[in-house]
This record gives sequence, structure tokens and C-alpha cells, in this order.
Amino acid sequence: MITLNHYLALASILFCIGIYGVLTRRNAISVLMSIELMFNAANINFIAFSKFITPVFLTGQVFAVFVITIAAAEATVALAIVILIYRHHKEINVDKINFLKW
Amino acid sequence: MSWLTPDINFKIISPELIILIVALLVLILEPLLKGRSKNILPHISWIGVALALVSVITLWNREELGFNQMFILDNFSCFFKIIFLSGTLLVILSSISYLKEEKIFHGEYFSLILFATFGMMLMASSLNLIVIFLGLEIMSLCLYILAGFRRYDLKSNESSMKYFLIGAFASGFLLYGIAMLYGATNSTNLKEILIFTQGFENPLFLFIGLGLILVGLGFKIASFPFHMWVPDVYEGAPTPITAFISSGPKAAGFSALLRILLFAFGSLHIDWSFVLWILAVLTMSFGNVIALSQTNIKRLLAYSSIAHAGYVLVALVAGGDSGISSAMFYLLAYTFMNIGAFIIIIFLGEKKVNLDDYSGLVTKYPILGITLALFMFSLAGFPPTSGFMAKFYVFSSAIKSGYTGLAIIGVLNSFVSVYYYLRVVVIMFMRAPVDEVQKVPIPFFLGLALLFSVWGTLHLGILPQSFLTLAQNSIFSPF
Amino acid sequence: MQFFIFLIVSIILVVASILVIVQRNPVVSALFLIAALCAQAILYLLLNATFLAVIQIIVYAGAIMVLFLFVIMLLNLRKDEFGFEKRKAQRFFGILFAILLLVELGVVIKIGLSKIPSTEFSLDPDFGGVQSIGKALFTDYLLPFELTSVLLLVAMVGAIVLAKKKL
Repeated sequence: MITLNHYLALASILFCIGIYGVLTRRNAISVLMSIELMFNAANINFIAFSKFITPVFLTGQVFAVFVITIAAAEATVALAIVILIYRHHKEINVDKINFLKW
Repeated sequence: MSWLTPDINFKIISPELIILIVALLVLILEPLLKGRSKNILPHISWIGVALALVSVITLWNREELGFNQMFILDNFSCFFKIIFLSGTLLVILSSISYLKEEKIFHGEYFSLILFATFGMMLMASSLNLIVIFLGLEIMSLCLYILAGFRRYDLKSNESSMKYFLIGAFASGFLLYGIAMLYGATNSTNLKEILIFTQGFENPLFLFIGLGLILVGLGFKIASFPFHMWVPDVYEGAPTPITAFISSGPKAAGFSALLRILLFAFGSLHIDWSFVLWILAVLTMSFGNVIALSQTNIKRLLAYSSIAHAGYVLVALVAGGDSGISSAMFYLLAYTFMNIGAFIIIIFLGEKKVNLDDYSGLVTKYPILGITLALFMFSLAGFPPTSGFMAKFYVFSSAIKSGYTGLAIIGVLNSFVSVYYYLRVVVIMFMRAPVDEVQKVPIPFFLGLALLFSVWGTLHLGILPQSFLTLAQNSIFSPF
Repeated sequence: MQFFIFLIVSIILVVASILVIVQRNPVVSALFLIAALCAQAILYLLLNATFLAVIQIIVYAGAIMVLFLFVIMLLNLRKDEFGFEKRKAQRFFGILFAILLLVELGVVIKIGLSKIPSTEFSLDPDFGGVQSIGKALFTDYLLPFELTSVLLLVAMVGAIVLAKKKL
């Protein structure tokens, strides 16, 4: 029998993997993929809550649709920024680039 | 199958619609217009913003819900819309000459600023976490793009990248927090969450949701542990966009925070105010202490904006009617004085951002020197400027709610901040000018924006009563 | 039966997600992320979210991830040559923070949710289907739905503004 707790536990594991990835990866695209994992963890939560807690309204599932849209929009912009920076990488000496530290 | 008609009410979203239509109009006109006729685009934009401002004022003192309780029109949202729209107006007016100088005069710039304003306005006037989140995303996406608008400049690109990665990371937290809140209360509607929080005996699950939301919004308002993006992004982004980021989106984040904390979670004030107390103290102190050692004026204002977020958090801790109204008054005053200070940096251009470049500014540009000194005095909190009045109301609301210690720490912090604000003034007035470059006349629209922000700073400082009454009339009833 | 499917799918999901963040090659990472997203789609089916399962595969695993792969291949990104400097301490804090949060979430879920009934409701047959989602989107959630159109427009404009060679 699968209960709500199973889904929530799975989602929190995914969320923490995502956080770990964001904090430790250097590559900007990998960081972006870790952020996608965090979004997906939230989506699992939404859909699980939608089934187990409010089966009359579709709030959770509708929110998940919006989250997917947002993820698409964010990925588009992020990859455009990556392409923009990459052009500079090729034009300027790579060693001289001092990426803003965080 | 029965047809359900959606609950549409165009009247209450008319300010948003105006902004949206103008943004689309600018976007359509951009490829159609050629050459010099493109100069009309910023004027279309600011006229649109002014129209939206008028329509917000006509909607004052009405309370209506629409779109299946997704959208609320009340004085609280109207007041915040006035803050956003005046900030946008100042930024558009002051960036016309800057864009030409930097050779990035494109219509998309104005249209993205308008879209960002649209997102902020929705954040301020929504009762549903779905719409708040979507508004926040629209706003943030526009800002990521605008931060990288100086495409040929690597620093600008990097700041855009960094802003994006940290912003999206924060959105992840916010989203997970909303999911938790939805699970705990069965709803994303703040009204229903309010009903739930008033009669809940096991709020642990609720609090993890609230905590994650606090982390997510903490990034947006740049409160202490989540501030590390601020200096780099402020430094790298084009200066008008830095001015924009430091005023509007911060106010929008606070509007969402006010609604969530003081409306939906108002009855649990004792539980969360402790966390916010610590955050407020750390944010104020950290921002002010680091700002002392800055030599780049954009970075200096970045740390100062962190400190100012701390002062607004004090008002949130205080809570109640006076807390809400003083936070709103503070954000309005901050918009004028902060953008005002940035307008002068915009005029001096992207190459003169070190404090040494400001030596003797007052002999070269007397008007700019005096107004910058005025804004610095206001940011530091000297009477009779708006900064003094805003700080006064915030700290007195804290004392009224019994947080005397917090108010004292806040006042001490303002004393620390006097040092670095006055340093700018001293450099401008006392030192001899370094270079003898040809004096450039002040562009008309930039001067207009400067005049408008000087008016705001002085009016809110000398005659604060009118706007304070406005703020007091526009609080939502705290639960 | 359902429980076994859940177990297998969640193991695949967790393993694939871990591989996404430990792989040094972004192409391999992206491929594992696609696997994770597909596993998630099966979870959505278990949760009666049929429409979302389809969307997850078509839009997320299909369109978005193809965009990722396309950019990675286009720029020929190898290893970690492109990105932020990160200090050793950050790695430590990353692990610490992630574990702390995990424990905290686990405890909260265990305690906080014991009062919420997790019994199955009798679900509407169309729960999570195209028709019910569509109806919800165009009635109750009309405003957020229209907002997503603005969001996508902004993303399009942004991609063009940033990535186009000559503006």
C-alpha cells in the first residue's frame, strides 16, 4: 500500500539531491539541471497532495502544469545566457575570465 | 456537459492590462520602426506607465475580488502599485540617454521593464500563491534578461548568469514551500490558509512550508543569509537596471511577504517573529558593516540596499497596523531616494563607478552634486528628508509593539551607515576634481526623473502626513 | 503490485538523480535527467495524473531536455571547464546542508502528517484527465493560465535578445 508519506519522502530525497547539486557543481548547465530536480521534487509533492488530500479540486495538478511551463521558460532563458557567455569565452582568453564567485 | 463561465472582471485589472498592452505595443513597433523614429518607444512606455498610475488612482478605495478569488483589488495592492509604477517611470525616463550612450537602444528593453512591472503588480494584488509565484517568475525572468542587456560586456553577462542561477535556486525553495503549505492547509488561497492557521493545533508541517517560503522570498528581498548575489549582480547589471532591481522587485517581494506573514500567518505572529527578529538584526548589521569598506559606488549602494531590507524587516517584526503601514511608507520613500541616487550614477556612466571619480563633482555639476548629497542624507536618515521620516515610523512602530531592543539596534545601525553615506558627500565636496573632461549637459528626461525623485524625497520628508495617511488607509485587516 | 512498481520506479528515480549530479560530463548528466523524468512520469500515472504524465514526457523529457542537449552539443562543453569557481568548504556545506534538510523534512513528514488521513478517496473517473484539467485551466485557473502565456512570451523575447548575434 503506497501512502502519501512514501511520495513525500521520495520528493524530499530528490529535493536534497537537487540542493546538493546546486551547491557543489561548477558547470552552469549542471547547476541548472540540479535546479530542474528541485522543481520536479516540488511537482511530485503537488501531485501527491492533489490525490491524497484534495481529490475534488485539481489545484495540485494544475499547479504542476504551471511549474512545467515555468521550467521550460527558465531553461530557455538560462541556455540563452549560456550561449551569450560562451561567445565571450571564445573571443577572450579563457584564463582571464574571473567568474564572479559566490 | 455544463458550461462554466470563468469569473472575468476586466475593470479591476485595468492597470495591469494597460501595462501589458503598452509592453506588447512596444514589442510590435520595435521591428516596424526604423532609424530615428525608434526614439518614440521610451515615450510610449512612460506614457503607458503614467496612464496605469492614473488608473490605479481611480481604483482607490474599492475592494473587489475577481478571477475566482485569484485577484484582489484593495488599497494595499494599489499602494504597492503606486510604488512599482513610480519606480518604473523613473527608470524609463532616466535610461533613455544611457541606452544611447551604451549603444543598446532597443525596444525590447522597455518592453521587458514593463513586463517585469506587470509581474510585480500581480504579486502585490493576488490572494493565491499560484498567481504570486507566476508573477514572481515573470518579474524575475525579465530581470535576468535585463541584467545581461549589455551583451558585449562580460561582467554584465556574468551578473545575468549569477542572478539567474541564484534566483532559480530560490524559486525552487519557494515552490517546495508552497507545496508544503498546500499539503498542510489543502489550499493555495491565502484566505483559506488564514482560516486554517487560526484553528490548527499541530503547526509543525505548516512551519516547514513557511520556512522554505521565507528562504525563497529572502533571496528576492536580499535578506541576510541569502544576500550573496546582491553586490555582484548590482555591479554587473546596467546601472538603470540596478536601480530597477533595487527598488521594484524588492518592494514586490515585501508585498508578498507582508501578505503571507501578516495576513495568512497573522495569528501565529509570536512563532515566526522570533526568526524574523534575528534576520532583521543580521541583515541590517551585515549590510552596513560591509558597506563601510566599499570603493565602488554601485557595490556601496548594493550593501546599503541589503541594510535597508533589514530596516523594512524590523517593521514586519513589529507587525500590526503600524508595522504594515510603516513598511509601506518606507518602501515608497526608499524607491524615490534610491533611484534618485542611481540616476546620478546613470548620468556619469558605466566607467565612473569608483568613489574617486566623484571627487569634486559639485564644482563640475553643482546640481548633481547637491542632489546626490540630498539622496545620501536621505539614505542615511537625516531630517528633513524622507529617509528620516521612514526610519522614524518604522522604529516607532517597533517600540509600539514592544520591540525596543530591535529599535535600538536599528538606530545604532543608522549611525554606522552615516559614515559611508557621508564619505560620498565629503569626496564630492571637499576634494578637487580629477579630470578636466568636457562638461556634458544633463539630458532633459533624466533631469525630469531627477526632479521627480527630489520632489518625492523632500515631500515625504517635510509633509509626510498625506502619504502616511494613504499608507494607513491601505493596510489589509491583519486577520 | 502497485507498491512494487512504486518501489522500482523510485529506486530508478533516486539513482538516476544522483547520477545527474555526480557525472562530470554534462551530456551524460542530461541523459540521466531524462531517465529520471521518465521515471517520474510513471509515478504520476500511479497518482492518477494521466495528463501530467504525458506532458512530463512530451514537454519535459522531450522538449526541454532536447534543448539542454542541443546547447551542450552546440557549445561542445566538456567537463567542468565552464562555470563558477567553488571552494572546498562549499562542498562540505553542500553535504551538511542537504543532509540536515533531509533529516528535518523526514522528521516533519513523520510527525506532521500522522494526523492527515492517507486513505484513498474514491476518485472521480476523469481525475487528472485532459478534460478535467482543461476545464480547471479555463475556468478557475484562467488568470494564472493567461499569465503563463506572458511568461512564455518573455522567455522568447529574452532568448532572442540575449542569444541573437546582431540585434
